[in-house]
Amino acid sequence: MTPVLTFTEKGIYCPAGDFFIDPWKRVDRVLITHGHADHARPGMGRYLATEAALPVMRMRLGNIQAEGIRYGERRRIGDATVSFHPAGHVPGSAQIRIEVGGEVWVVSGDYKVESDSFSEPFELVACHSFITESTFGLPVFRWAPQAQIAAELSRWWAENAAQGRVSFLGAYSLGKAQRLLSMLDPAQGLILTHSAIEATNDVLRAQGYALPPTQRITPETDRKAQSGAIILCPPSALGSAWAKRFGPSSEAMASGWMRLRGIRRRRGADTGFVISDHADWPGLLSAIKATGAENIYVTHGYTDIFARHLTELGLNAAVVPTEFGGETGAETPELEGEA
Amino acid sequence: MKSFSALFSAIDATTSTTAKTAHLATYFQAAPEPDRVWCIALFSGRRPKRAVTTTRLAEWATEAAGIAPWLFDESYAVTGDLAETIALLLPPPEGPIHLTLTEAIQEVQSLHAEEDAQRKACVLALWAALPEEQRLVFNKLLTGGFRLGVSRKLMTRALAGATGLDEATLAHRLMGAWDPALTPWAAFIEETTEDVSRPYPFALAHGLEGAPEGLGAPEEWQAEWKWDGIRGQIILRNGVLHIWSRGEELMTDRFPEFATLPDFLPNGTVLDGEIVAWDGSKPLPFAALQTRIGRKSVTKKALSEAPAYFLVYDLLETGGTDLRSAPLSRRRAKLDRLLATLPSTLPISPSPLVPFTSWESLAEARAKAREAQAEGLMLKRRESPYFIGRKKGDWWKWKLDPLTIDAVMIYAQAGHGRRANLFTDFTFAVRDGNALVPFTKAYSGLTDTEFREITQWVRKNTLERFGPVRSVPAHHVFEIAFEGIQRSSRHKSGVALRFPRMLRWRHDKTPDQADTLAHLQDLLAQYG
Repeated sequence: MTPVLTFTEKGIYCPAGDFFIDPWKRVDRVLITHGHADHARPGMGRYLATEAALPVMRMRLGNIQAEGIRYGERRRIGDATVSFHPAGHVPGSAQIRIEVGGEVWVVSGDYKVESDSFSEPFELVACHSFITESTFGLPVFRWAPQAQIAAELSRWWAENAAQGRVSFLGAYSLGKAQRLLSMLDPAQGLILTHSAIEATNDVLRAQGYALPPTQRITPETDRKAQSGAIILCPPSALGSAWAKRFGPSSEAMASGWMRLRGIRRRRGADTGFVISDHADWPGLLSAIKATGAENIYVTHGYTDIFARHLTELGLNAAVVPTEFGGETGAETPELEGEA
Repeated sequence: MKSFSALFSAIDATTSTTAKTAHLATYFQAAPEPDRVWCIALFSGRRPKRAVTTTRLAEWATEAAGIAPWLFDESYAVTGDLAETIALLLPPPEGPIHLTLTEAIQEVQSLHAEEDAQRKACVLALWAALPEEQRLVFNKLLTGGFRLGVSRKLMTRALAGATGLDEATLAHRLMGAWDPALTPWAAFIEETTEDVSRPYPFALAHGLEGAPEGLGAPEEWQAEWKWDGIRGQIILRNGVLHIWSRGEELMTDRFPEFATLPDFLPNGTVLDGEIVAWDGSKPLPFAALQTRIGRKSVTKKALSEAPAYFLVYDLLETGGTDLRSAPLSRRRAKLDRLLATLPSTLPISPSPLVPFTSWESLAEARAKAREAQAEGLMLKRRESPYFIGRKKGDWWKWKLDPLTIDAVMIYAQAGHGRRANLFTDFTFAVRDGNALVPFTKAYSGLTDTEFREITQWVRKNTLERFGPVRSVPAHHVFEIAFEGIQRSSRHKSGVALRFPRMLRWRHDKTPDQADTLAHLQDLLAQYG
């Protein structure tokens, strides 16, 4: 019997429906879990993604032939029935459920179990086979509740403001940045954004996602008059000549990788906020258990370690090579931001 | 512990030395007295003696975390720091417990007297109770590895700022043997009876970049050989001899050759120099001296094969008077007069000056350093005082250019601390016919960007894993620089290198263009 999904050199493939999920090589028909660059790539024939994910995808990929689908809506493609379910990773992100002849597989894409009150919260989907990421599949990764991080963030901003410093907060421009914005209290001070982030904000606001008021930094912005403000920028802008023009500042990086002191110090940011759009170790394990799946396919992250642990828990776990993320992602600032 | 952990975090969160100094100074002003003394101790390398092996700590933490031992090992490999790994893996604290830094250290020290089961119970109880941010510091106290980007100099500066005392005076008072548990704060801030064993802070030199022409007139400078031994201070006060290494380790008993010095040297003498193994007229290679360090008792064989000798650079104290502010020319003249009175059979003499009349003639002398068994030259301004620490301007090291060899990378291992998660420790091989013979490891010399690049490559090209070590295809060639080469029976290749590091990534070379074992053996014959 042909399996529901196979793992090819172009990406995850469904023979029954003749489509790929988040492929990395050019193919015709693709289902996309979310808009991050390692999942939604340009040059495919026809795209299918959630209605919530499409606007950002169009902004990033340009003129694509794409169709939207509502969360939970079932659609028949060939002999397969597919539906998209919230993954809690970023706005619009989805797990994709594929059912062929009564057998159910779920491709999680990237996911996060804790609700962040911004992205559509993770929905548990029961299945026989579950394809999971393992970006933080190591027991050292454990996240504190978001409310605690929000309090730390607020305190850090206030301390900097009291000392007349600008607060630079580095975060990936799709997802993490908006989640952080949603955690800030606009009454605390002015919130400025790098144009790369504001472009995504514009798209998400138009979709109805609630974000606090922000001010885009333009060449006309008076750089010396912003002490006390917080500035959201991509990680690559931290410590740049662009950032230095704002005068005295403190820099923080918001990423799950900040849990590790070595990586935090290598990033050179003063402060690290441990906050991620991926599930932590307990989150991954609880999600996998709850799906009831017997077969677990482990993709990007600490794949070998995580799969071995799942095997010891009595599950059928196998590592699947993909081109999502890096092995740990820690070395590329973009991925660090995404984490 | 709360305020010390906060200090730790604050220092850890900044790369600015000004900010670090300010945080430390604030701590010195606000913390209770015994905690301040321990803070000085910890940042000047005086850690509480390790009471529990790291193996046991790892076992207990694995148990407390409820994970498989292999998972602990993998976590450690990724985190790159044992104390941190444990802190991250422990379940959320049940606390709260409030310990001062001194109390925490007392807890650690009290473990020495306990049985293993009792130690375990005590450590587990503290782990369960301490807040997360204090666990890392507590674990650092347990493991004894207290490194935090705070140099002793920086700590001393902060102490000076907090007390209003002169940095040089404080630096001197912090030297030598003092027990933090028994030393009152007042011992540092008030003039007290001098400790007769106390060494002076060592003066250190920067490497000279380029040629010495920029230093001005040659006659203002003195040149000496730069020896490859153990920098040390010999102190004779109140008739008692103390020998200190630069790392402030007391080495008096390790070198019985110097035991008779008190019979000949005048009381109140402090000498700065280099301990070397001696062949009768010049130093033996460093490898010979290595047989004398790192072991507790000195064997007869080691004494006869690698007799210790003290080559004196400087006179810091004579007749009990501190000479450090006098110009080098005067100190050197006094040193020569002092040592001239000693019997020639004593294993001590002034480190000879290297005469020169012009920078060109000095360059010629430097080229012959290897024949003298030296690493290069030291240039010291004749008018310079004996300053504290590493200061630019008065003293320069002018080392020989290193020896180099082109080698193939065959194994890679992730680094620790700031380099955790990056492949930074590599094993290199030379060619022998079709085979590759590993001959050295190296882990420094590349830029952060290069380390990231090679890390990506290692991840994509791993052949096999042996615990934390990965074998990779022979593909990348690096130019390895080193200071010396010795025959070694412990290494498969039969050689051991001194200070190997990666000088350049030879993108232009393929593995079949790497150097051969025969070439390595030639280098050994020539320089070994």
